[in-house]
Amino acid sequence: MHFLYPMCCFNSLLNLTCQNQNNYIQDHLKSALFDAFCLTADVFNRPLCSLISLFFHFFSSFQMQFMLLFSRQGKLRLQKWYVPLSDKEKKKITRELVQTVLARKPKMCSFLEWRDLKIVYKRYASLYFCCAIEDQDNELITLEIIHRYVELLDKYFGSVCELDIIFNFEKAYFILDEFLLGGEAQETSKKNVLKAIEQADLLQEPRHEYFNVPVY
Amino acid sequence: MALKIVKGSIDRMFDKNLQDLVRGIRNHKEDEAKYISTCIDEIKQELKQDNIAVKANAVCKLTYLQMLGYDVSWAAFNIVEVMSSSKFTYKLQRIGYLAASQCFHESTDVIMLTTNQIRKDLSSPNQYDTGVALTGLSCFVTPDLARDLANDIMTLMSHTKPYIRKKAVLIMYKVFLKYPESLRPAFPRLKEKLEDPDPVQSAAVNVICELARRNPKNYLSLAPLFFKLMTSSTNNWVLIKIIKLFGALTPLEPRLGKKLIEPLTNLIHTSAMSLLYECVNTVIAVLISLSSGMPNHSASIQLCVQKLRILIEDSDQNKYLGLLAMSKILKTHPKSVQSHKDLILQCLDDKDESIRLRALDLLYGMVSKKNLMEIVKKLMLHVDKAEGTTYRDELLTKIIDICSQSNYQYITNFEYISILVELTRLEGTRHGHLIASQMLDVAIRVKAIRVFAVAQMATLLDNAHLLTGNMQRNGICEVLYAAAWICGEFSHLENPMQTLEAMLRPKVATLPGHIQAVYVQNAAKLFATILKSQEGNTDSTAAQDTSQLMIDRLPLFVQSANLEVQERQASCILQLVKYIQKLQQKDVEVAEEVNALFAGELNPVAPKAQKKVPVPELDLDAWINEPPSESESEDEQPKAIFAKEEPKHSRPRHTEVDEKELARQRREARKQEQANNPFYIKASPSSQKVYQDAPGVEHIPVVQIDLSVPLKVPNALPSDDDDKDPNDPHKALDIDLDPLADSEKLPVRSHRAAEAAKSPAEDGETENATSLEPKKKSSKEKREKKKEKDRDRKKSKEEKKKKKHKHEEKEEDLLGGQADEPAVQSEETSEVAAPPTSTSAEVSDLDFWLSNAPVPSNTQDSEPDEPKDAEMEETKSSKHKKKKQKKEKEEKEKKKKKKHHHHHHHSDGGGEESVQNGTVEEEEPLPPMSNYCLLAENSYIKMVYDIQGNLQDGSQVVVSVIFENKCDSFLKSMEFNVLDSLNSKLQRPEGSGPHDGLTVPFQLPPVSNEARFVFTVQSIVMPQKLKGTLTFIVKNEDSSTHEKLDFKLHFTCTSYLITTPCYDAFAKLLESGDLKGSSVRLEGVNMPFHHLLARICFHHHFSVERIDSCASMYSRSIQGHHVCLLVKTSGQTVSIDAKCDEPTLLGNVLDEIKQTFSQC
Repeated sequence: MHFLYPMCCFNSLLNLTCQNQNNYIQDHLKSALFDAFCLTADVFNRPLCSLISLFFHFFSSFQMQFMLLFSRQGKLRLQKWYVPLSDKEKKKITRELVQTVLARKPKMCSFLEWRDLKIVYKRYASLYFCCAIEDQDNELITLEIIHRYVELLDKYFGSVCELDIIFNFEKAYFILDEFLLGGEAQETSKKNVLKAIEQADLLQEPRHEYFNVPVY
Repeated sequence: MALKIVKGSIDRMFDKNLQDLVRGIRNHKEDEAKYISTCIDEIKQELKQDNIAVKANAVCKLTYLQMLGYDVSWAAFNIVEVMSSSKFTYKLQRIGYLAASQCFHESTDVIMLTTNQIRKDLSSPNQYDTGVALTGLSCFVTPDLARDLANDIMTLMSHTKPYIRKKAVLIMYKVFLKYPESLRPAFPRLKEKLEDPDPVQSAAVNVICELARRNPKNYLSLAPLFFKLMTSSTNNWVLIKIIKLFGALTPLEPRLGKKLIEPLTNLIHTSAMSLLYECVNTVIAVLISLSSGMPNHSASIQLCVQKLRILIEDSDQNKYLGLLAMSKILKTHPKSVQSHKDLILQCLDDKDESIRLRALDLLYGMVSKKNLMEIVKKLMLHVDKAEGTTYRDELLTKIIDICSQSNYQYITNFEYISILVELTRLEGTRHGHLIASQMLDVAIRVKAIRVFAVAQMATLLDNAHLLTGNMQRNGICEVLYAAAWICGEFSHLENPMQTLEAMLRPKVATLPGHIQAVYVQNAAKLFATILKSQEGNTDSTAAQDTSQLMIDRLPLFVQSANLEVQERQASCILQLVKYIQKLQQKDVEVAEEVNALFAGELNPVAPKAQKKVPVPELDLDAWINEPPSESESEDEQPKAIFAKEEPKHSRPRHTEVDEKELARQRREARKQEQANNPFYIKASPSSQKVYQDAPGVEHIPVVQIDLSVPLKVPNALPSDDDDKDPNDPHKALDIDLDPLADSEKLPVRSHRAAEAAKSPAEDGETENATSLEPKKKSSKEKREKKKEKDRDRKKSKEEKKKKKHKHEEKEEDLLGGQADEPAVQSEETSEVAAPPTSTSAEVSDLDFWLSNAPVPSNTQDSEPDEPKDAEMEETKSSKHKKKKQKKEKEEKEKKKKKKHHHHHHHSDGGGEESVQNGTVEEEEPLPPMSNYCLLAENSYIKMVYDIQGNLQDGSQVVVSVIFENKCDSFLKSMEFNVLDSLNSKLQRPEGSGPHDGLTVPFQLPPVSNEARFVFTVQSIVMPQKLKGTLTFIVKNEDSSTHEKLDFKLHFTCTSYLITTPCYDAFAKLLESGDLKGSSVRLEGVNMPFHHLLARICFHHHFSVERIDSCASMYSRSIQGHHVCLLVKTSGQTVSIDAKCDEPTLLGNVLDEIKQTFSQC
């Protein structure tokens, strides 16, 4: 696309997206819109934030927008999205956020304003836990959620380390799903979450060899 | 079986499992992409196998790859296969759902294949099966899934296991977002869940809180319930949500704030930081919303600030939040924050940039005359230390903001100039413009500072070579613009020659063009000053030297690429100087004349100076030229007769116009000049950027809107639908949550055909949602067939299942019943002696709760204990009274306004408005009038109605009926039905029969409420009567009875008329001869003429122009008939001559007018 082209079509695309109620067409429109955004923003070296905020206007839902776990090297270890975004957008957001968070010095505070969201992150050993919440949400309770999730992982795996999460990533997801639903804490008691997980694991027939705790 | 297991494990021995994949990826760090592509090929092979366990293994690996960023959308169908493996093992199904929740999004088209599978899993006897399905659904729910599964999930909200209930409740929010129609039917059950024990309760609180944050007004009635929860709950998670919810509600209901302050301040003493933070935030929000009406809550504010201080002194993250909250307080209560200045200055030293920026924000509001310099000096230190240009630029703008706020209110000694000069030392700042404009502004505003400023600027110009280097790139050279201008304009220099030389340095030519231009121009000014001083010395050589200097240096600028520099300034001034030199050589004194070129000092204007200019006696509302009016038609004739005189008449008029035209042109020119003149101080301080033309304000069209007449929208649609963004899921959830009517249930899939049958009012409410329907359908058509098949299959299955589902069905029925029973009621009964008996009274309950109910916390309200019953009665009746009084008041106000509107020749739309014209006479106030007339009445209910035409649709009229409940009981299930005639029909929603009644969209506590019904009419020339019935249920505390009330709806011809202002068309119409005439005489009319006119206007929808004792009136019917009246009065006789293009209509209208006056 020529760089002026996305500028021109941006508005018409936006209009279309707002008016069109067909989900399928809308999705394509949105991704086209996103392309236009990126191109315009790149060319004019403008911050994407104002443009991207539009997306969250479309999609904003429960308090937590998404949760990412990534390593100090910037490798993604876990991702949970509570807003429907296309893979492309997810990748872009992930890349940008990982860079931003990793660039921060250890003594800096755990919150940052990013686009029109608030990012709450915390580092545990070599892993960064990173959540995006909306403007009016409580940062401290989000930090609490992160901490609680870490505690749950710790209890389940028994002093959890990054490798546990890499090799048993589906377990990590199951725990997260028992704890959060749709971005909202569904169970505030740690005991109950663990009980649910254990019982679900029991259901999971005699354990297969390849789901046993691995030998590294 | 055993064989199968063995076979499976042998298969697997050859496959890679997830661990192998992860290990493999870690071992192939160099050629990861290649390794993964071979893995994907293997996975594709595995997916082709029949063994579901192998497939699940493959899907599990794909989920991992998806996280690494590989596209796995091609395997969507395989994921669905694994999802539906529940009959094999729970584990595989779990993996399937996980993969789906990670990989699917709204546009994944295989999602629709999962509907039945999910439904099956939801109703599984195993709670973990259901749980997995719910969890998965929360990630990939689509509008279709939401619609199809809403009922199933709603059933699950009453599941026996709390594990399922909490999940179902939470997921309902997602369903609401995708399928807003489900909110109304599901809400009662959701509300019930607030009474559940913990995990479910907190889930319900979460959902309602999220809903309410987006559309708070619909949830105001839940405030008492949540208040009770807040004071009783100990779960911090729940408390935070509730407090947040109240934060959203208080702006709508200030009384709520009063009630909240106390429990909130109690909660603040918690040890949990997150709760504390939430409380502080809400208290701040509450106090902001109260700040107008409350005396003062300095104690609460002090408490908040203290708590925030603790936060700020705490760890980094809390520091940030503390500052954030502090800045909110600062907006309304700056004093209480100011005492913590020390703390905030400390934060400026913090390592974290975001904390420093927050602290800067706070500083802005904390300065006073005393501490300004201290703060600014501290900031200057930070500027020096700061690393990173963005933060430094931020500091710079903040310093300037702080100093210049509210017209330099805090600056006393104008050290500011030196600060600005110091700021120019900053390299690489983008804010050269800002500094420059500040310099100019200060120097122009303050005479006293000019000498100092000029000296500073001269040094700046002298040192300009320091600034150069890379200054082309950074914007700091902009300050030279200001410096040069100030030196030139206020040339009180000690050593002007030096400055002049500095301005004419060859290096100047590297500066941007607009700065060079200023340099040249101001060099000329400086030259003039120097000449003057030198000529006084009678030493002609010095003067000639100066001229020579100019002549030597200026050619440099003549070569400039910039047009302004080259032509306007350099070459012109060069010629001028050459000429001066010639004169000097002849010993002619030129200094005076040269100075005259730049005469005139620029003076500041005080902000209030404009007020001192006396207001010219101009009536801006008065017409300058008499507007062409209907009287012109009379004028025409004399004109024709006295044709000779015409030029005489028109000549003076002509010159008058000329003069006006001239004045206008002059004014325009002046404005233009002012806009272009950089030295003209414009009214607003923001337009101080002198090198930018202010955009012409005069081009902005000003629209005057006269809203003295209440705007009555003829359609029943709520107006706020207009600004709803159809894409915002939360707006779509803005649904009235009044208790459900019996008939309302969640639309089930199989009943969709009948879905359209809704009352018109409800249509209005859910308009957004329903308007989505047809469009959705188009995309669904292809799937429709599939669904039909599904449905058939489902039917047979359902029959089998029927026994199983028996108890669920029971609950379905319950839902209808529950709807009428308020959840709040149980609470209220415990607190209030005489409880209101139904949910629709919730709003008035809320009023009551807010006004009387004691705070259930241990601290006691100071309100006097009055007999509650009586007071409640009073609040209710007084509410009603207030309404009436208000109406009367409005009427009075209208009259007052009318008096001011004498000069308006044309009525402006409102019939009531346009009564008078011309002469001023002492008019008695009009008696209050109402168009509502009685429809029917019995001991339970009274109905009054008004009919209005719809201009947009010539065949529609809107009947507004006010239902007034006369008894103490509740009226519900009101149904309004009319026997249609051939000519007039009640508009019923599609799908309902011609004899079906319309449900009145509300229940009636002992107050009144208004509903609107749309009728279609064919012919409007004759009045009509329609018979109708209202049926309703009277509900007492213990009994309910069916009642019925017959009525006759009278469609007068007047009701088809619409007030239309008569413009010039009126005269033409009368002359055209198309209209048929008729007349009527009214004898013995005692009322004043203007009352009579007002009555006709008001009751019969006419607009009026009055001249002394006669008036012409005009109206139009909804089908475009013109009706013109000429009303004359003499004594007690009023004669009305009327014309209309439809004689029958006219006759009827006149009869009705007659009727009106015979009644009084």
